[in-house]
Amino acid sequence: MELLISIMVGVMFATGTYLMLARNVLRFIFGLILISNAANLVIFVAGRLTAESPPLIPDGADFPAEVVANALPQALVLTAIVIGFGLFAFALTLVYRGYQSMGTLMSDQMRLAEPREEDQ
Amino acid sequence: MAEAAGSVPRVAGGPAGWISVLIPAAIFAYLVQFVPRVGSGEVILWAYDWVPALGIRLSILLDGLSLTFALLISGIGALVTLYSTRYLGNHPEYPRFVLYLLAFMAGMLGLVLADNLIALFVFWEITTISSYLLIGFNSDEEKSRRSALQALLLTGTGGLALLAGMIMLGNVAGSFELSVILTQGDLIRAHPLYVPIVILFLAGAFTKSAQFPFHFWLPNAMAAPTPVSAYLHSATMVKAGVFLMARMNPALGSTDLWFWALVIAGGFTTVFASILAIRQTDIKQVLAYTTLMALGALTLFIGAGTADAIKAMMLFLVVHSLYKAALFLMIGIVDHETGTREAPILRGLGRKMPITFLGGALAAISMAGIPPFFGFIGKEFLYKAGLEMEVAMIWITGTIFAASVLMFAAAGIAVLRPFTGPLAETPKPPHEGPWPMWICPLILGVLSLGFGLFPDYAETWLIAPGTWAVYGDYSYEVDIYLFEEVNAAFILSLITFAVGAFVYAFHRPLRDWLGRVFAANPIKFDPGWDQVLDGLKALAHWQTRHLQSGVLQRYLFTIFATLGVLAAFTIWSREALAFQLDLAEELDGLLFKHWAVLLFITAGALLTALTSSRMTAIASLGVVGIGVALIFIMFSAPDVAITQLLVETLVVVLVAVAMLKLPHLEIREGHRDWRPWHAAVSVLVGVVSTLILIAVLQGDIDRRLTDYFEMASWPEAYGRNIVNVILVDFRALDTFGEIAVVVIAALAAYALLRGTHYARRKAPEEDEA
Repeated sequence: MELLISIMVGVMFATGTYLMLARNVLRFIFGLILISNAANLVIFVAGRLTAESPPLIPDGADFPAEVVANALPQALVLTAIVIGFGLFAFALTLVYRGYQSMGTLMSDQMRLAEPREEDQ
Repeated sequence: MAEAAGSVPRVAGGPAGWISVLIPAAIFAYLVQFVPRVGSGEVILWAYDWVPALGIRLSILLDGLSLTFALLISGIGALVTLYSTRYLGNHPEYPRFVLYLLAFMAGMLGLVLADNLIALFVFWEITTISSYLLIGFNSDEEKSRRSALQALLLTGTGGLALLAGMIMLGNVAGSFELSVILTQGDLIRAHPLYVPIVILFLAGAFTKSAQFPFHFWLPNAMAAPTPVSAYLHSATMVKAGVFLMARMNPALGSTDLWFWALVIAGGFTTVFASILAIRQTDIKQVLAYTTLMALGALTLFIGAGTADAIKAMMLFLVVHSLYKAALFLMIGIVDHETGTREAPILRGLGRKMPITFLGGALAAISMAGIPPFFGFIGKEFLYKAGLEMEVAMIWITGTIFAASVLMFAAAGIAVLRPFTGPLAETPKPPHEGPWPMWICPLILGVLSLGFGLFPDYAETWLIAPGTWAVYGDYSYEVDIYLFEEVNAAFILSLITFAVGAFVYAFHRPLRDWLGRVFAANPIKFDPGWDQVLDGLKALAHWQTRHLQSGVLQRYLFTIFATLGVLAAFTIWSREALAFQLDLAEELDGLLFKHWAVLLFITAGALLTALTSSRMTAIASLGVVGIGVALIFIMFSAPDVAITQLLVETLVVVLVAVAMLKLPHLEIREGHRDWRPWHAAVSVLVGVVSTLILIAVLQGDIDRRLTDYFEMASWPEAYGRNIVNVILVDFRALDTFGEIAVVVIAALAAYALLRGTHYARRKAPEEDEA
């Protein structure tokens, strides 16, 4: 499964990159979501996959009785998901606000701060 | 400050004035006590650990060379600051001027006294920066600003080269202390890095001392107030390069490279500057070019390197500092009291300004090399050393002969002509300057005469210890005298006077002729400098236009392409692909649910990228998100899966809300949204991501941290869900930071949306305005 997920992650990175390179900033945001999902998967898979054995300590025991899934990447990914969401929400607001001010979603037309030389 | 100065006239510069005189005078008095010790051949070392971790020490090396320089710096410094109290005392920015001048003096003293190379470099840069500030002191004039920047860029570039050379030298010699380095000449000369070290050191020294082809900044630097020209650009700073070469002579000298580089550059500068000096009409410019000539001669004789040449060099160094500072100060008085420095319109000032004339004349006679002045001795020993050379005798002697002839003529142009003859009309009616001004050239002029009559004092105090330090041999017998016998050098002196008088007599037609010759010459260094700067600016502009295009797509393309290429290169160069894949094992045990999830995510990602419908894109993104959540569930991460599901729902809701607010959003980018270059980079990024992940999975996993959390979760934190315990206990601060990030994002988003309302409310007002 690790190998196949690795290939799938590659596809996610590739499509995410392609979307982020688009002129339309909404597509840029879609790409951002894809890439952050892919990155979370990379962290998760790098900690190895363990099926049907969540990192829990049974009642009465001091530590897990058998081999359980790697808890560390799970904790990291949990944090990353939430932060990724914060980033996404802010970026979406920015896009919305940018559209209100500039009336476009094309990144190369959003040039209030750096007008093109010929426009100056 | 400026207003205060305007309403209350300053008397001789106020407190800034006398403080600025007192400090160098006190330093001079303090240094004088070392003269007997150093004169007897003693080398005084003193050290303070400055940055011990880096081996940088604030250490002082006081030998004949550094003491001579330090006395010149503090002595002439005291005179120049005294002079400035009247020259600039009423200038509204006078305190600033004093500050710069004292900063320069501190830097220059540090430079000559430093024993540590790095400390020397720091002081070197202080002189560069303070010189920049002083040249550009009249900052409302464009010429001043340009000259200042030119000097800064040229000497600053040289300074960087010098730093590189110093680091190499320090590593080769195993120490950054000059007192150690100077004893390891043989080791350094035999080292393969010797040639680069010499080139880098000379780049620093030649730019600082304005040797050809870096000579052009010095005449431009005369845009500075005249006391600055007298001090920095004649007596002290421009000699820093000479000082450096003299200082390093025992370590880097006596090789063919050193000899020819210095002899050729120095000689060429000398002759070139002599000719240019005659061409000038502004007397300050005449003096500037004779300074250049003197710097060339000093470089030439350091290169020549025989004991007699070094002795002549030390002698000429002192001779030149005394007379040239005096002449600059003299022309400053003339400028101050008549309003012009143009040689053709200055005549007959001697009767109106007798004391200035006296001081200037004493210095000029020394410069012309007429006995019994100090300048005569200097010239005699230069000739003597030149004639005794075994290599390049004709070149060195000829150069010095040409320079001496033209110095004789220049002395006439600078002093004889302006002060004698019938009085001419000047912009201001000429009168004698105040005493703090005329006393300075007078003192220096009297010294030029005094050392000429009693050369033994100069010999034992300055010249002998200086020669020992530069030549590196303390047993050499230094003897200087006014007149020994009628020898070749003396006869050459007589010829010099004759030819010099001839050149002076015909200097006006000669000047006009040279003006025509130079006007026809296509190679011009000063405009060439502008072309270099323009070229640099054009390059910067071109580069900025391409790298800083202001187009988000191009930035991202550059970033992703760089990422992909660098990662691919790393994978290739580290041979990270040397692994075996067991496909059978991989496919073994895969169930339908696994295949389904993989397929959903892959299809969702591809569809998001390729669709032109925004609804399809959002739905596909949802599929990907849910698919990732399913992977978390299948591989024992229920908490992560719950969060992922929650976040995924919120994402879709937010996007949907945004869509409602922006009904005219259209994802379509035009008819063709196929971007082959972007696709290529995307595929590259995807492939390297896959390869990196596979390579990571091939290696062993380090489970130490996980093991610790598993063992400590219950006994130490009383939690059975290890992931939760990590988040809220072991890594609680991280989680706190994460919450802060989300709060900040929410606040920022809120502010953005609020801003919309303000913008709406404000818009009509702006329209009215």
